[in-house]
Amino acid sequence: MSEVLEAALRLIVVFAAFLTLPLLVGQLEHKVMAHMQSRMGPMYAGGFHGWAQLVADGVKFAQKEEVVPAAADRTVFRLAPALALIPYFVAMVAIPIGPGLVGRDIDAGIFFVLAVMGVGVIGTLMAGWASANKYSLLGAVRQVSQLMAYELPFVLAAASVAMAAGSLGFTDIVDAWEPWWLIWQLPAAVVFFVAGLAELNRPPFDMPVADAEIIFGPYTEYTGLRFALFLLAEYAGIVLLCFLTSVLFLGGWHGPFVDSWVWTFAKAGVLAFVVVWLRVSYPRMRADQLQKLAWQILIPVALAQLLLTGVVTVAW
Amino acid sequence: MTEERVVSTGDGVVATDMVLNIGPQHPATHGVLRLRLVLDGERIVSAEPVIGYMHRGAEKLFEVRDYRQIIMLANRHDWLSAFSNELGVVLAVERMLGMEVPERAVWARTLLAELNRLLNHLMFLGSYPLEVGAITPVFYAFREREAIQEVMEEISGGRMHFMFNRVGGLKEDLPNGWTNRVRTAMAGVRDRLPQLENLVFGNEIFAARTQGVGVLSKEQVLQYGLSGPIARASGIDMDLRRDEPYLAYGELQDVLRVVTRTEGDCYARFEVLREQVHVSMDLVDACLERLEQLPQGPINQRLPKVLKAPEGYTYAWTENPLGLNGYFLVSHGEKTPHRLKLRSASFNNVQVLGEMLPGQLVADMVSILGSMFFVVGDVDK
Repeated sequence: MSEVLEAALRLIVVFAAFLTLPLLVGQLEHKVMAHMQSRMGPMYAGGFHGWAQLVADGVKFAQKEEVVPAAADRTVFRLAPALALIPYFVAMVAIPIGPGLVGRDIDAGIFFVLAVMGVGVIGTLMAGWASANKYSLLGAVRQVSQLMAYELPFVLAAASVAMAAGSLGFTDIVDAWEPWWLIWQLPAAVVFFVAGLAELNRPPFDMPVADAEIIFGPYTEYTGLRFALFLLAEYAGIVLLCFLTSVLFLGGWHGPFVDSWVWTFAKAGVLAFVVVWLRVSYPRMRADQLQKLAWQILIPVALAQLLLTGVVTVAW
Repeated sequence: MTEERVVSTGDGVVATDMVLNIGPQHPATHGVLRLRLVLDGERIVSAEPVIGYMHRGAEKLFEVRDYRQIIMLANRHDWLSAFSNELGVVLAVERMLGMEVPERAVWARTLLAELNRLLNHLMFLGSYPLEVGAITPVFYAFREREAIQEVMEEISGGRMHFMFNRVGGLKEDLPNGWTNRVRTAMAGVRDRLPQLENLVFGNEIFAARTQGVGVLSKEQVLQYGLSGPIARASGIDMDLRRDEPYLAYGELQDVLRVVTRTEGDCYARFEVLREQVHVSMDLVDACLERLEQLPQGPINQRLPKVLKAPEGYTYAWTENPLGLNGYFLVSHGEKTPHRLKLRSASFNNVQVLGEMLPGQLVADMVSILGSMFFVVGDVDK
């Protein structure tokens, strides 16, 4: 009985984190972007520096009418946001943020998380196809073809660190991690992060939702709460990517003075800042340029890293 | 209207090209230009610019307005070059009347025309990166625009439609100390502009998106009658300020550099714009210096109650920020023109899109469209 209770409690905590952390990242994005662009960003909602802006946005989204285009495939159209969002929640359950602080410690954690994250793209494809809108369709096709570019380097980079630690479990990887891995696994870390950005459609890889070209890609026809869910999925994705990168490559809760979950949060926070920073400073790549980047740079680098990791692990 | 489509594999594949309407409501067309694209996947098979959604019949309206009122109408078609648009009209009417404009007015007009060019170019320096996905430069560009708009607002009261030209000069004399404020504004812009330039021009992705994309040959430029920065980016060394000097440009030849490039791609077009900003700032400084040396005197001519251009015709063209802007004025000696034909730069400049776009990707379409630097009002008139 207590086991069930504990599992439920853990799930509730993860769910709460799942709902609040993306908002934190969103607010961080508002503010960081604003200050980088000599603006103030939101200042009114909630009083102090517009801290409640995203809550206000959420309330606004909830009040909006939900429009389903006449020609749309109703069921698929309405189901799509759930499919985009839920995988990130499921993945988050498996990521530890401190010793013992995890929704559910899974032996093959990396395997589980990467597999689940890959499902999210189906939500986007469903949205694009069911919208009966040409822009949405183009966006969905771009999204799916983007998968060809990022998925392989993403997995290869993660495989490298798993090999180095000799385990697929996150807790084992963090336990095996030592500071010099920062240098040794650096190429894999960069490849992982870049490929992750492509997975999340974050600039400079946001061509599936390129506003100047195809309005908002697969999400063009969405309104109200379902639109908000897609946005939430994007920010949940950022949270997930930042935690994944810090757990896999940056040593998770290891840090100077004392090992603590605070370090995991700090590392993930810095990475989230980098994600926003890239959005502010880079233009958008073209779809074929991403493919080129992936197949000519990311994958060779990931493979070389894998080789290096293999040799070092065996020789040690 | 139901059409049955068979979808199968192998020999029976029936593929239909997709027709995609970019616009009239689309975030990339700054207004209501419509492009009818036929797509094969993301590759453009054919493209047709459909114009006229913002046609306001400017030329017809000119015929029922007197010359004072025409200035107001004329400054609106290209809303980013309002001052330069007014200029062509007053130059034409002054030429018909054989009117001498006071020297102070000539220099002040030159100064204001260059400030207007700066405003226009800064707008595009900000908006073009936005189209290829860089969201920050536009904020920097608008900060600089604000500094210039402030001094323009001080003299004319307007931030967009200045209405400061009159036949025979300018509306009013320049306020006391205004030249110093312009000088301060210029120094500020000069100081901060590198922030914007470094953000865009050093960027690998920006270069990858624009270099070699949308190449316009010299022949195409001549065939379609393109002008302005776009033509100069393809190696057409033509600038009315130098080749047929009007206002005070004749005396500014040592300051005025005509910026040209030979590549003819989106990057070259954008680079011409950037360098023209620097040239304009130099011109502004030169004009300020000269204006301060000029003795006090009138800045406009007294006009008769009813202003009538004598019978005849003339063509006045100016180097507007976006290209050649000309007015062909035919007068029958009445207080309204018999005909006032407007040759606007953007109208010609977008026509070539039908030839440039086929074979390109949708993503490149946006890079090209943005680099044609047009204003829809200037297209539709």
